[in-house]
Amino acid sequence: MIRFTNVNMAYPGGNEALKNINLDIAQGAMVYITGRSGAGKSTLLRLIALIDRHTRGQIIVNGQNLERVRNRRIPLFRRHIGFMFQDHRLLFDRTVFDNVALPLVIAGYRHQEIKKRVHAALDKVSLLTKMNSYPMALSGGEQQRVGVARAVVHRPALLLADEPTGNLDPALSWDTMKLFEQFNQVGVTVLIASHDLDMIKRMQKRIITLKNGRLLSNSTSSQEDSE
Amino acid sequence: MSATPAKNTRAKKSVKTELKRRFDMWLLQHAQALVFSLGQYAKHPINNLLTTAVIGISLALPTSFYLLLDNVRLVSSGWDGSLQVTLFLQNDVSDDDAFTIAKQLQTNQKIDDATVIKRADALAEYQTLSGFADALDALDENPLPAVIIVHPTLDSADEKDIAALITELEKLPEVDNAQYDSQWINRLLYLLDIVNRVIIILSTLLALAVLLIVGNTIRLAIFNRRAEIEITKLFGGTDSFIQRPFLYSGLWYGIFGSLIAWLLITVSMQMLRGPVKQMANLYASDFELIGLGIGNSLMMLGIGVTLGLIGSWISVKRHLRAIEPV
Repeated sequence: MIRFTNVNMAYPGGNEALKNINLDIAQGAMVYITGRSGAGKSTLLRLIALIDRHTRGQIIVNGQNLERVRNRRIPLFRRHIGFMFQDHRLLFDRTVFDNVALPLVIAGYRHQEIKKRVHAALDKVSLLTKMNSYPMALSGGEQQRVGVARAVVHRPALLLADEPTGNLDPALSWDTMKLFEQFNQVGVTVLIASHDLDMIKRMQKRIITLKNGRLLSNSTSSQEDSE
Repeated sequence: MSATPAKNTRAKKSVKTELKRRFDMWLLQHAQALVFSLGQYAKHPINNLLTTAVIGISLALPTSFYLLLDNVRLVSSGWDGSLQVTLFLQNDVSDDDAFTIAKQLQTNQKIDDATVIKRADALAEYQTLSGFADALDALDENPLPAVIIVHPTLDSADEKDIAALITELEKLPEVDNAQYDSQWINRLLYLLDIVNRVIIILSTLLALAVLLIVGNTIRLAIFNRRAEIEITKLFGGTDSFIQRPFLYSGLWYGIFGSLIAWLLITVSMQMLRGPVKQMANLYASDFELIGLGIGNSLMMLGIGVTLGLIGSWISVKRHLRAIEPV
């Protein structure tokens, strides 16, 4: 699904965020990326989503060589990806329904189809009753779940989450991770950047550790425990 | 081999349905953007109404000047054809002599028609129109001479020929003074030309103002909805998808601005209609103010919509590109 070959990423000004990354993530995998702030977790996700372009090496996502994706094709490329953020970035002037519907509206779905899918996604995160509320009226955990629903409503092949539980208490974080696991079980490749090591280890998934832009370890949590 | 034609038609059919699906989607997204932008407009009614009012006034000003100019042209066009030379006869020439002179003048090739205003008629007309009725009553005798109004066959543009005719007429012993009435009309026409130019300059400036107003309003809207634009780009919104609602906002500004301009002009014209009619009555004219009419209204709407679209388009092109997801 995702393959990095000798990838370097230097921001303008010479700051090298990633150095010589080699990585292979299979279709349908659920993988954590961890490391301290500034280790390059976010940069890795940004390269996959073509928010930034890498400076050297080769990245292949979903069978597409990212160097060959021209700027005007980026929107179509991104429609196969779902995004989650720490600050969830909901639109506060729109209802929960409209927030979740956004990826479908962008892709040009018909109204009936949008309604059906948004209902299904909100049902999945147990927020169907809050459909017509505004995000301001929801708790932090609920807002985050709206973010989850929006990230998966268009059934992306790949889900990218950047510190999705950064603002949540441990119980809510755990629930969110379990939710991601459910999506993973129906075939979505999930990539989560997080520094919450304790929780990550409990999830028993593959963990990629970055340090100062380099790949430190690339192992499942059970292997890491034995080290 | 025999399967190929069937395959071909099926392929053609699927291309056709694909095209139709895309067209439907395109139409749907345009409809969504149209409704959405109208919703955005309704969300901040006071702000948007103020902006629209400024656009409306900017459209109404040049349009009403044009309308005024049109009306003045309409009035003066009545005079333009009636090029005439007024011959004031000597005071001792009687009405009968005046008629003889008029008859002689009519034989002149350069003269189309010559009519006499009798001394008594001239006095009566002057009394009703000048407001000096009492003063004239106090006089013992009629101070006004008989007048012959001459309509030359010449065109008002041939000023040399007209001047020649006037000197010829002034040489007649019975004529005291010959006045060429159309000179001031020509001057008025030149003046109207200048006014026309001024209006064109003014219209250009105000059109520029509308562009700037719309552009700046859209720019603010873009920055206010930065988060939305970023998210939309992240979830695969194309540039044209993102700019569509902003362009439609420009369209709404144009439509509502024109509507306000139309209202302003129509109300103003209604207010002017009465007094103008009274004044026209004073001059024994049945002149009436012409309003905007359907053609001019549609043209104003077209100009408003065009300016709104161009303004928003410039703004969108300049500012939307700068917003990238972070």
